[in-house]
Amino acid sequence: MGAELGIYKSCVSARSTDKEILKASQDGGIVTQLFGFALDEGIIEGAIVAVSKDFYKKYPEKCMACYADDTKEPFRPIPAIITTKAELMESRGTKYNISPNVSLIKEATRSFGLDKVGIVGTPCQMQAIRKGQLYPIGLRDVGDKIALAVGIFCMENFPYQSILQLVEDHAAMSMDSVRKMEIGKGKFWVYGKRGQVVQLPLKVTHKYEQPGCHVCLDYVANLGDISTGSVGSPDGWSTVFVRSKIGDSVWGKAMAAGCFETQPIEKVKPGLELVSKLANEKISKNKKTLEERATFGVGKALRNPYI
Amino acid sequence: MAPQKPADVAAKVETTKKEVKPVVDKITVGHVHMSGCTGCLVSLADNYGGLLTILDKYADLVYGLTLADVRHIQKMDVALVEGSVCINDKLSVQEIKETREKAAVVVAVGGCACYGNITRFGRGGQQNQPAHESYLPIGDLIKVDVYIPGCAPTPQQIRNVCVMAYLLLKGTKEQKDLATAYLKPLMMAAQRGTTACFCDLMTEVINQGLCMGCGSCAAACPVRAITHEYGKPQGQRDLCIKCGACYNQCPRSWFSFDVVSSYEAINEAIMAALQ
Repeated sequence: MGAELGIYKSCVSARSTDKEILKASQDGGIVTQLFGFALDEGIIEGAIVAVSKDFYKKYPEKCMACYADDTKEPFRPIPAIITTKAELMESRGTKYNISPNVSLIKEATRSFGLDKVGIVGTPCQMQAIRKGQLYPIGLRDVGDKIALAVGIFCMENFPYQSILQLVEDHAAMSMDSVRKMEIGKGKFWVYGKRGQVVQLPLKVTHKYEQPGCHVCLDYVANLGDISTGSVGSPDGWSTVFVRSKIGDSVWGKAMAAGCFETQPIEKVKPGLELVSKLANEKISKNKKTLEERATFGVGKALRNPYI
Repeated sequence: MAPQKPADVAAKVETTKKEVKPVVDKITVGHVHMSGCTGCLVSLADNYGGLLTILDKYADLVYGLTLADVRHIQKMDVALVEGSVCINDKLSVQEIKETREKAAVVVAVGGCACYGNITRFGRGGQQNQPAHESYLPIGDLIKVDVYIPGCAPTPQQIRNVCVMAYLLLKGTKEQKDLATAYLKPLMMAAQRGTTACFCDLMTEVINQGLCMGCGSCAAACPVRAITHEYGKPQGQRDLCIKCGACYNQCPRSWFSFDVVSSYEAINEAIMAALQ
């Protein structure tokens, strides 16, 4: 296990000690608990998260108006800025499609007037945040206000219409009847509100992935302050990498405050070995894609963003 | 009889010497003002204390409208050029050429110098020079080394380039390597061309199968011309001012793992340099 897991100071398997958070969280409630703690402690004044239409109905002013057209569909993520615990609790759970969270990073420091911003996002969004801190081309006075960036593990993402097709056509469920979606144990799981469960093999989902994901070389959000995901930990728990100085400080305080129950990552099944395996699979598959792009046409290459 | 100076004042005057340059190895920097709104210069000034530190420790300002008491373009290490060139104005054309001759490194600061930006929409008719209607980004007339796109370019981006330029010219081998790696994408941007538009996101990112919907472009746009449809950027043509911020902020336009992976150390080094 090496570079595929990025640089980290510590790694544990963890879950929130707050039963309320766990009730509607994706796995161990890590992101919700971290942001809740950081809000209480004043480490952040608000956070950019992905919410859904029920949140939009209650707090439309916290969502960007330009996403108003997207606010009627279930499981359609809407980037929003939460500034209270109640709003945070309303935003729990993973929505398996594209949420341009970074689009709010400047707005959070302007209209919302936040000096300490939290943001949760996929590995590519963490890359965007860090590029934005080093090369703030259009992000005036934003970089030093990013107080906590939490990355989530990500193999690939889907356009909303792909999710529609998977849930309604392949799983034959109506979007409105879905309680939770999940990718794990090699399958795409759709849980219905009445208790029904449908699983699709990932082979079916591959062709619905967004193409931009196929050049991504980061599985475990190497550039987050803290990154987390279900892979590697038992059901109901999450694997947590603490990466930066900021991450280390926040995680240390949250642990001291009793926010998390943890187990050593070496002691849990399937453990880091699986994380490492999946990370390597993603990276080598996508490196191959980049190579193929270099000779894509006849003497013509597709553009390579990496320098 | 003329009043006598008290003895202690007389003594003080005698001991006052001309200030010795505290840092011998400063680089020389000039701000060259072409057709721009001075917003780039204001952005540079908006580094506040950081700017004073830069001028104290790293750079001498040898040329700058109203800021340095010189009339003509001076020989300098780094020229920060703001604004596009009005080719109907002989002096502007002469000055941009002179800048290239006299500066070791030419940095195009801001959308106008890089891409024309809002001056692309110039149609003349403005008093007191109504015939001034043709504006070109400086890269159409001279070779440019480094781009700082955006309207206005951010104080932090200008600051980072200034610190890196100092390290490149005066630093240790290690610092030179870091500065080279940091500046490389901005040098490549300068080689890429002199036009910009939100449509670069379409042609170079979405069409190329690279967009993953992070949202950076919408955040970077100074005129809120970009929203997202289906998780992908959608630009409003009539709002776009051609500043190049969206494309250059996009992590899929250019991305250096070498540099960005060390973001913590580099940010700390820049902050330490400005202490």
